[in-house]
Amino acid sequence: MTPAEKKSLQLTAVSVREGVLTSTHGAKAGHPGGSLSAADLFTYLYFKELRIDPKNPRWEDRDRFVLSKGHTAPGLYAALALRGYFPVEDLPTLRHIDSYLQGHPNMNSVPGVDMSTGSLGQGISAAAGMAKGAKYLGKDVNVYTLLGDGELAEGQVWEAAMFAAHYKLDNLCIIADINGLQIDGRTCDVMNTEPVDAKFAAFGCDVVSINGHDFDEIESAFARFHANKGSGRPTAILMKTTKGKGVSYMEDNAGWHGKAPNDEEYAKGMEELSEARRALEV
Amino acid sequence: MADVKKVATRDSYGSALKELGAETENLVVLDADLAGATKTNIFQKAFPDRHFDCGIAEANMINVAAGLATMGLVPFAATFAMFAAGRAYEQVRNTVGYPHLNVKIGATHGGISVGEDGASHQCCEDFALMRTIPGMTVMCPADDVEARQMVRAAYEMEGPVYMRFGRAATPVFHGEDFKFQIGRGEVLREGTDIAIIATGIMVPEAIESGKILAEAGINARVINMATIKPLDEALVLKAAQECGRIVTVEEHSIIGGLGEAVCAVLAEKCPTPVRRIGVNDEYGHSGPAAALLEQFGLCASNIVRQVREMLGR
Repeated sequence: MTPAEKKSLQLTAVSVREGVLTSTHGAKAGHPGGSLSAADLFTYLYFKELRIDPKNPRWEDRDRFVLSKGHTAPGLYAALALRGYFPVEDLPTLRHIDSYLQGHPNMNSVPGVDMSTGSLGQGISAAAGMAKGAKYLGKDVNVYTLLGDGELAEGQVWEAAMFAAHYKLDNLCIIADINGLQIDGRTCDVMNTEPVDAKFAAFGCDVVSINGHDFDEIESAFARFHANKGSGRPTAILMKTTKGKGVSYMEDNAGWHGKAPNDEEYAKGMEELSEARRALEV
Repeated sequence: MADVKKVATRDSYGSALKELGAETENLVVLDADLAGATKTNIFQKAFPDRHFDCGIAEANMINVAAGLATMGLVPFAATFAMFAAGRAYEQVRNTVGYPHLNVKIGATHGGISVGEDGASHQCCEDFALMRTIPGMTVMCPADDVEARQMVRAAYEMEGPVYMRFGRAATPVFHGEDFKFQIGRGEVLREGTDIAIIATGIMVPEAIESGKILAEAGINARVINMATIKPLDEALVLKAAQECGRIVTVEEHSIIGGLGEAVCAVLAEKCPTPVRRIGVNDEYGHSGPAAALLEQFGLCASNIVRQVREMLGR
């Protein structure tokens, strides 16, 4: 990745974070914490990794992305809007009555959403089904799915991982956002899902652990996923992140899992993000 | 009906899948370690590359089916009714029903005629659960001919479908010239004294009861209601208007199934006395299927008894 390319991604990630604040502030609800922890990943996926066409969201041979941790729709929606699937100006209508931007991803109302999700543990199975379908049809389609670390307590996640390895779905990239927090507190206190790497490895995945806020590391993790094609092994990217990343008062604070910023907090967060943009543009 | 040919509708399911598989390329079948029991192994033997066993993980299987459907495939997911409608209810509701995906659920071993396995496997709640899901088509065939046509009709329609097939061999009363239509009930016997509306393997019992009642001078209309949702409201209302009394018969809880679906239509559009025959808010238990059906009143003799009580003659 060239320095210019990295800077461009970093600037886009700032815009995604602004979209998260703007949409949850507009909604007076929603899930900013996990949207911000995954903002860099959303950015990389939609601006570098996925073979997609925003003008043709249902293009049959596109890569698929399933947001298994569906509550972080604000992050996904911000990336989709910035990528051109729908107007950025619509983001503040998130969760409003009659808005197409449903509280959790709806594949039939939001352009670019590949699967309706929200009930945890289910998206990864649907993604595995897509990957299996692509293999059956002989299509060169990659399927990506993002899970939360709290979500890993859902038994169905492991049913899906088993299925993926059994059917040699090396076109499936499982990504876990390890931000260490869930609604009731620290994941290690609520229900310890560690060791996540050993678990995914035991289930037959090639496991890559990275810093989820470092675009070079994200890039090399996806390079490993592409290198795994033909190996018959699904890839599991475990990205260590900070919940609320980029907005100081939200960082590493479980209280911001599912709470919107008020006017004052919104202004402060947007100012911090503007500052981050100015620092990058120097 | 001793000399009548008998077939279990789960066998019809397996053979219909195989037949459709030969005609199509986008039909795939999923199972959860029960291919021998659900009879999808008939399809599997013919098309091993299109049969995906998911192991004993029904929740995952239903959502894998959803993912396959988004790729343009038409997945038929099979397991026992208890696990398809019960264990995986929320997967069906959220990831099949809500996005209205083209997933077909073929649930076998519905009702107490599962027999010896007992209550843990005797699903008498599946119609109720599946009916509550918006946009879900819910069906239960009465015999082999109808079951095979139903599988084809499910393939040909767009959208989620739940079908319940039986374990026990039951009489085949339809001729091969029968034409099944989703959402249409079938009048098997004309009559105006009372209407008996039945579904699934209760239909042959309803036919038998119609004959016995006729001998006693009671002309019962017998209706096969293979589609529980969307319900053939016009046929129900016509029966209510012309017969004045209704008995529903289903191998399902009297709560939430065909009986209550019929009652809902009648309560709002044509209040009519109804008696629901089904499993009375209780669990089943182990025993031979035929003996259990008799014991729970899911038989011609009890239909006759209930009708005569209702008519007072």
